[in-house]
Amino acid sequence: MTLVKTKIGRRAFIRNTGLAGGGLVLGFNWLASCKMTPEQVSSLPKEWFNLNGFLKIGDNGLVTIMSPNPEIGQNVKTAMPMIIAEELDVAWKDVIVEQAPLNTDIFTRQLAGGSQSIRQGWESLRMAGATARHMLKEAAAKAWEVPAGEITTKEGQLMHEASGKLAGYGEMASAATAIEVPEEVELKDINTFSIIGTDKKNVDGPKIVTGQPLYGLDIQREGMLTAMIVHPPAFGMKYKSMNAESVKSMPGIKDVFHFEAYTDEVEKQWSDGGGIPELVAIVGNSTWECMQAKKALQVEWEEISKLESSAYHDEALAALMNKPTEQPARKDGDVEAAFKKAAKIVESTYTAPYLAHNTMEPMNFFAHVTPEKAELLGPIQTPEFLEKTLVSRLGMPAEKIDIMMTRMGGGFGRRLYGTFAVEAAVISQKMNAPVKLVYSREDDMTQGTYRPSYKIKYKAGLDEKGNLIAWHVRGAGTNDDLVWENRFPAGAVDNYLAEKHVLQTNVTTGAWRAPRSNFIAGAEQAFMDEVAEASGKDPIEFRLELFDRAINNPVGDPKQNDYDPERYAGVLKLVKEKSNWNGMDNGKSRGVSAYFCHDSYVAQVLDLEEGSGAPRVGKVWCAVDCGIVINPLSAKNQVEGGIVDGIGHSTYSAMTFTDGKPNQSNFDTYRLIRNTEAPKEVETFFVDNGIDPTGLGEPSLPPIVGALANALYKATGRRHYSQPFINDRPPLVG
Amino acid sequence: MALFTLNINGKKQEVDVDPTTPMLWVLRDHLNLVGTKYGCGIAQCGACTIHLEGTATRACMLPVSAVGNQAITTIEGLSENGDHPVQKAWLEVDVPQCGYCQAGQIMTAAAFLEKNPNPTEEEIEMAMNGNICRCGTYLRIRKAVKMAANS
Repeated sequence: MTLVKTKIGRRAFIRNTGLAGGGLVLGFNWLASCKMTPEQVSSLPKEWFNLNGFLKIGDNGLVTIMSPNPEIGQNVKTAMPMIIAEELDVAWKDVIVEQAPLNTDIFTRQLAGGSQSIRQGWESLRMAGATARHMLKEAAAKAWEVPAGEITTKEGQLMHEASGKLAGYGEMASAATAIEVPEEVELKDINTFSIIGTDKKNVDGPKIVTGQPLYGLDIQREGMLTAMIVHPPAFGMKYKSMNAESVKSMPGIKDVFHFEAYTDEVEKQWSDGGGIPELVAIVGNSTWECMQAKKALQVEWEEISKLESSAYHDEALAALMNKPTEQPARKDGDVEAAFKKAAKIVESTYTAPYLAHNTMEPMNFFAHVTPEKAELLGPIQTPEFLEKTLVSRLGMPAEKIDIMMTRMGGGFGRRLYGTFAVEAAVISQKMNAPVKLVYSREDDMTQGTYRPSYKIKYKAGLDEKGNLIAWHVRGAGTNDDLVWENRFPAGAVDNYLAEKHVLQTNVTTGAWRAPRSNFIAGAEQAFMDEVAEASGKDPIEFRLELFDRAINNPVGDPKQNDYDPERYAGVLKLVKEKSNWNGMDNGKSRGVSAYFCHDSYVAQVLDLEEGSGAPRVGKVWCAVDCGIVINPLSAKNQVEGGIVDGIGHSTYSAMTFTDGKPNQSNFDTYRLIRNTEAPKEVETFFVDNGIDPTGLGEPSLPPIVGALANALYKATGRRHYSQPFINDRPPLVG
Repeated sequence: MALFTLNINGKKQEVDVDPTTPMLWVLRDHLNLVGTKYGCGIAQCGACTIHLEGTATRACMLPVSAVGNQAITTIEGLSENGDHPVQKAWLEVDVPQCGYCQAGQIMTAAAFLEKNPNPTEEEIEMAMNGNICRCGTYLRIRKAVKMAANS
C-alpha cells in the first residue's frame, strides 16, 4: 500500500464554486460553440459536484476531468486525465475532458515545455483522483453505516461485499462533497492499473477530423476585430516612421498605429525573450482586409545595431572553435597528456543553422481588455508567465486577468514566448474592443525566437588497443553555450575536457524542441561512430564498453553525471536485439544512435533504402526508457513524430540571414519534410520497468539525427558534418 | 465590395466581400467555417484544402470571384456526422498530434480516393505530398488513407 500526503492546494477543494469564475465562464462560452453529439447532450447530468479542482462528478456518474496543462500536440490532454481517472477508478468511457484555465491556486506548473508535464504532474494527478475516490468511499460508508475500509471500487461503482450494497459514483457524489479532505490517501499499486498503460485515442480526435473550432485562430466573438502587426524587416532595426493615414481609409480598416508592446518599465519574464518592443498594429474587420493594408503600408526603419549575416555567424562561431575557454566546464584527468600518448586521434567539427519553429498554426491570440478586466484566450505554453507580464504591462492585478488556453496547432517551444499575447492585450486595450491578433506566416517565420546556430568540435584519443583514453569537446552557439558537460561520455573517459562558448547575436533565439540536444546528440553520436570506426570496434559494442566503464568504474563522482548508464545501455541493448543488428547483411545502410535527454533514454537504428537517386529512410527501430508509459498509442505517436521531425530538420531545413534580414519567410523557401521523405516504417519498443514516468515530447528527436548521419556515411562513404545534410555536398571536382 | 452567392456544403450562402478575398478567409472570417485552416497563404502547405467541384483545391489562393456556381465542400461538410470513411480511418489510426493540418490532409485524401479508390503505397505518398504536417504524422496518414481505401 502506498500512502501519500495530499499536497493539493486548499483552493483545489473549494467545492461547487466553479473553476475560479471568469476563466471557466470565458472558456465555456467559447467551447460551447462546439457542436456536441446527440449522445453527449442526452447523457449530460442534471447536476455536477466538484470534488476538487481537478474533477467533478455528475449525478449520473459521468465525470469531467480538467486537463491542467497546455496541449500542443504532445497529447497531455488525454494522458493527464487518464492518470486522474485511473486513481479515481472510473471507466474511461464515462470521462469528459476539459481544458483547465490558468489557475495557480489549484494547479501547479501549467506549462508545456521540457517534456515535463507528465513527470511533474504524476503525483498531483494521482492524488487528485485518489482523494476523490477516498471521499466517495467515505460518503458510501456513512450512508451504508459500514467501515470505509470494507468498501471497494471498480469503474465508477462503490461496493460493500458483506452487505451486498452497491452504488454508482453519481449517487454518492453529493454526499462526498461534505466529506473532509483526508490528510493522506492510498494510491493504487501500479500492477493494478487498468487505464494507465492502455491505448487511448486523442480526446479531441472527433473534433479535429470534423473541423470544429479548437484553436486560437478559430476564435470568433461578437464585435471582435482582427489585428495584424508589422515588425522590423531585419534584426538590428527599429521603427522610425510610417504613412499610416493613407492606409487608415482602406476598406474595413479601423486603425493603424505604432505601439510599445514592451515599455521600459515592464517587468519582463523569461517568456518575453524575443519580444520586439515597438511594433505597428493594423486593426480591421477581417484578416484579408488587414493583409491588404499591411501590403500597402510603408514603414521606415532605422538601424540600431549590427545587421548580421549568416556568413558572420559562421565565421564567428568557427573562431570560437579554436579558442580555449578560461574556465573549463568540466575537466577529468589530463587530456593534453593523453592526446600526446594516443595511438590515434580523431577530430571533427559539426555545424547547424538557425531553425524556425514553424508551428502550422501561426502565432495568434484573443484579448479583450477593458478598464475592469482582461480576458485572454489562445495558444500559449506558458500562461503563468504571461499573467505576470500582463500584471506589469497592463497595470492590473492578477485577479482581474483571466487566461484560458486553446488547443495549439503545434508548439515546439515557440509558444513558450508569449509576446504575441502581450501584443494582443495592448492592442485590445488601445482599441477598447475584443481583438484577435493574427500573425501571417511571414510574420511568424521572420521574427522568431529561433533555434540557435551551433558549432561543436570533438577530439578523441585512442590507445593502441582502440580504447578511448581522451575526449575533448568544445561547443558554441548563438546566445547559447550548447555543451552539457556532465552528459555521456563524461564519467566514462579518464581524460575528459568540456568547454563552452557563447556568441552573442541580435537574432533572437530560444528553446526549440529538445533545446541543444536537437543538435548536440546528432553531432556527438556521429562523432562516436567515427571514433568507433577508428578503434576497429562495432559501433554498438564501442558504446556499450563505455557504459560498462561508467557503471563499474566511473570517472569522477558518478552523482555528477546527468545520466544513469544502466538505463542508457539498456535501450541500446534493446534496439540492438530488436533491429537484429548483428544480422546486418540485408544490403541496407544502417546507423545507430543513443541519447539521454529530458529524463528519458532513447536508442535508435535507422536503415536507409538504396535505390536510384537520394537515399530514403526505410525502417527505424526505436527503444525508449521513459518509465511507466501512460498511453502507449500516443507515446508511439510522439516517438514517430520526433523521428520524422529530426530527420526533416537535419536534412532539409535552415534559416539564414543577409544583413539582418531573414532569407526565408514561407514554405516556398523554408523546406520542411514531406510525406514522400518520411521513413517507410517506425517500430517503437518501451522498456517496462515500473519507474515513475518521464517525458516523451522531445527525447526521440535528438538521437535520430546521429543515426541518420551514420547511415548516410555507410551509404555514401562520406561523413556529413554540416546541417542541413541536403546542402552538405562535396565540392565539385574538375 | 461585391455580393456573391456561393454553394457551400450543399447550402446557398451570400457574402458581401472584396472580390479578391480568398475563399479561405471568406469561409473563416465571414461564414464562421473555421475547419479550413490558414497555414501559409501561398498554396505550399495544404492546410486550407477544400473541394471545388470535387477537386482538392487550395482555398488560400482561390479568389471568391473565381468560384461562381461551383460546389464547394469544406471539412465541415465532408460528411453529415463525421463518418466519412477517411474521417473514420483517421480516428481509428489516431493520426493527429496537434491536429491543425489534419482537416487539409483529410480533404486531400478524400478527393484523391474518389479518383483513385485502390491506390498503391507510392501513389498515396505522392498524393499526400503537398500537405505539410509539422508534427510528422505522415506514417499514420498513409496508413489511414490505405485503411479508408480498403473500407
